[in-house]
Amino acid sequence: MQITINGRAVEAQPGQTIHRAAKAAGIYIPTLCYHEKVGAAGKCRVCVVEIEGSPALQTACSVEVREGMKIQTRTERVLNSQKLIVDLLLSTGTHDCLACDQNGSCELQDVAYYLGMERGSFKYADVESVKDDSSEFVSVERSKCISCGRCVAACNNTVTNRVLDFKYRGHKADIAFDDDKPMGESSCVQCGECAQICPVGALTDKLSKGKARRWDVEKVYSVCPYCGVGCKLELHVDRKTDRIVRVTGAEGAPTNNGMLCVKGRYGYDFVGHPDRLTTPLIKENGKFREASWDEAITLVATKFAEIKQKHGADALMGMCSAKVTNEENYTFQKLFRTGIGTNNIDHCARL
Amino acid sequence: MTNDIAGLDKSDVALIIGSDTSECHPVIAARLKKAAVDGKVKIIVIDPKRIKMADFATIYACQRPGTDVAVLNGMMHLIIKNGWEDKKFIEERTEGYEALKEEVAKFTPEYVEKISGIPVRTLEEIAELFGKAPTAALYYAMGITQHTTGVDNVKSTANLQMLCGNMGKVGGGVNPLRGQSNVQGACDMGGLPNVFPAYQKIGDAAVQEKFEKFWGVKLSDKVGMTMTVAFDKAHAGEMKAFYIMGENPMVSDPDLHHAEESLKRLEFLVVQDIFMTETAQMAHVVLPASSPAEKDGTFSNTERRVQLLFKAVNAPGQAKHDWEIHQMIANKMGLNWNYTKAEDIFEEMRKCTPSYAGLTYKRLGFAGMHWPCPNEEHPGTPVLHIGKFSRGLGLFAAIPFKEPAEMPDKDYPWYFTTGRVLQQYHTGTMSRKTPGLNNLAGPHVMISVEDAEAIGVKNGDKVKVSTRRGSVVTGAFITKRCPKGTVFMPFHFAEAAANKLTINALDPIAKIPEYKVCACKIEKG
Repeated sequence: MQITINGRAVEAQPGQTIHRAAKAAGIYIPTLCYHEKVGAAGKCRVCVVEIEGSPALQTACSVEVREGMKIQTRTERVLNSQKLIVDLLLSTGTHDCLACDQNGSCELQDVAYYLGMERGSFKYADVESVKDDSSEFVSVERSKCISCGRCVAACNNTVTNRVLDFKYRGHKADIAFDDDKPMGESSCVQCGECAQICPVGALTDKLSKGKARRWDVEKVYSVCPYCGVGCKLELHVDRKTDRIVRVTGAEGAPTNNGMLCVKGRYGYDFVGHPDRLTTPLIKENGKFREASWDEAITLVATKFAEIKQKHGADALMGMCSAKVTNEENYTFQKLFRTGIGTNNIDHCARL
Repeated sequence: MTNDIAGLDKSDVALIIGSDTSECHPVIAARLKKAAVDGKVKIIVIDPKRIKMADFATIYACQRPGTDVAVLNGMMHLIIKNGWEDKKFIEERTEGYEALKEEVAKFTPEYVEKISGIPVRTLEEIAELFGKAPTAALYYAMGITQHTTGVDNVKSTANLQMLCGNMGKVGGGVNPLRGQSNVQGACDMGGLPNVFPAYQKIGDAAVQEKFEKFWGVKLSDKVGMTMTVAFDKAHAGEMKAFYIMGENPMVSDPDLHHAEESLKRLEFLVVQDIFMTETAQMAHVVLPASSPAEKDGTFSNTERRVQLLFKAVNAPGQAKHDWEIHQMIANKMGLNWNYTKAEDIFEEMRKCTPSYAGLTYKRLGFAGMHWPCPNEEHPGTPVLHIGKFSRGLGLFAAIPFKEPAEMPDKDYPWYFTTGRVLQQYHTGTMSRKTPGLNNLAGPHVMISVEDAEAIGVKNGDKVKVSTRRGSVVTGAFITKRCPKGTVFMPFHFAEAAANKLTINALDPIAKIPEYKVCACKIEKG
């Protein structure tokens, strides 16, 4: 069907929300509480638009398109409404961006930028920073929370861990872990879904703090190295240091749709660990010494040939790995079958 | 898995047996929990531990370790008795039904209660919920396979799903949840002693000829040795050399004293890994390899979805890709390999691997694809066995019940069972490099409240766990999730190695060790 946004004809699908139709057409409508995965919440009201024939402003995240609908996203009335909401949010939280880990991928920052706002204009008593650092992997800064409810929805409806909820009402409304325990003492399994879905710096990945600015990292797709579910990962790499500084789940991936477990998300220290093996080693008199590739490979090939000649090919056994790629398992079994001449190949599928 | 992850919430009932899903496959657990909370799927959990999934289940039953065949036969007994079996499916798609029927006739709920400890009424409720469900899925993991009756257990799960007509349809299936990132792929690629890539049988004349032609060399047609048997042969001095890539049998193998002795007796041990593992320390040559974040390639997940990995960072120092190391050895041995990138290997592989033949890096794209995918026009196969099994008719197997190899007795009165915990992975080589994960989960032994009181220990106190193989002292984690008489220990920790205690008793066919059951005693440590 056809609709009009800001005077421009836009193709839309029946059942689509205004926000999705606009996004597909490359038109930005700010959102804070809305997230693809948890759906429309209609809470923050920052996505309001004007629809011809409708007296009140409407939320683009929840209203579906209709044939011939005429929508305005940047009228004075819309912008003033959005500014008031953002002004209230900025005035009531510690939204300081300089050292915030979310800086560069903060959706409140994006809206403020879009509206040209620097800071809140309402004078509250000083807003103090309220932090909870009790969890191993997730930092909580309650004074940055905008009560959008994404984390609560994700914890309950996506990963279904049922730890997060809201406590109190109105001005005092806040997120709570279990019956308001510090995060680290709650039943939270630290899957990090809340940190991934938080639009601001209220829930952030502790391990990534101070490691790299968001705009300095490149995201590379990979697959989780742990269990066999095959969760699709985005490895955030700082090219200057050649290090992984954050791992997130790939939203929309058929295996995990952005979800990860505590290992997949936070268990990446092994990749750049100082204990990694960096050179071939040969044992002499019970001790390892460094060797060149050529020396090590020559020794391996010679010993294999020697043993094969003396005891037959079936005196050799190869153990391939459930942790290397298909390509590498293929070359391994090919080496044993064609090079050594035995079918003694197995791996830890049984263990 | 015969079925795919997307179909998880398309079942009416999901039976989880022998899988601590939220600890070992947390993201699949998340989807199942969601389906249960949304009222889409009713969950049945049968597990010796009252695992977290039981909190989301309509029915939970605690069986004695090692009695799965009896429980599944008992379910089938009741399903047949009440006429809930899928007669059309049995008639059209299976054979051997009469033999199955005769065998399960013995497994009355009263008899099953005696064996498994599951009350008659509970088994009846389970059979009714499962048997009457229009579509039911079955999920299992190592709790089904790591037994001396592992093959029997797996066949019993297939019996149940064929009996109820749950095969070859969305939301059904027999779904083993695979425990390692590319364990599916390692099997698919012929990383097994009895098959070439895509499970083409060693010794089959046509297959031998095909691969001899494809690789241009004469090949052995003798089925090789499994790892567990190879260790025994090494112990006996018959095996002379092992080349181990990315595995750590010094923590993961049963009866570690035996494993250590076996490796010591080898004339030559090569270990290729990313860390100086317990196994690498025993090697004559250690070759530094790359981690998954440092390479391009593909993994095949538990639902047979082949997905791309891209190189994110450089491997440290002189470490190389595993395939580059294989190529160097191959060429030193006089073979002429010329792969320049992972994709070259994939392109060669798919030419001799019918189930991967239609996959290309380009087609895999963002989402990956399910094998079997026989040609480049084929969309891939999320659900197996629709309309027909690979062997034609599905074969029922009449499975009698057998006790585990070692049962509790006067000297060792407790059941000892092992597994994983959420925060750690396998032998800990990777997960234990993250301090936060270690803070969340260190070595421990899970014991029931009753047993803790009986031996006089409090949470965190030292407990000495002993079996006929050895003893381990570690901290007690006292929990209501553990039943009286059963002790659980995670196997991730070399310093409190559960596998010093496990028994090296194997399934006669699959050669899988019985990690899930042996006898132990516990004392204040």
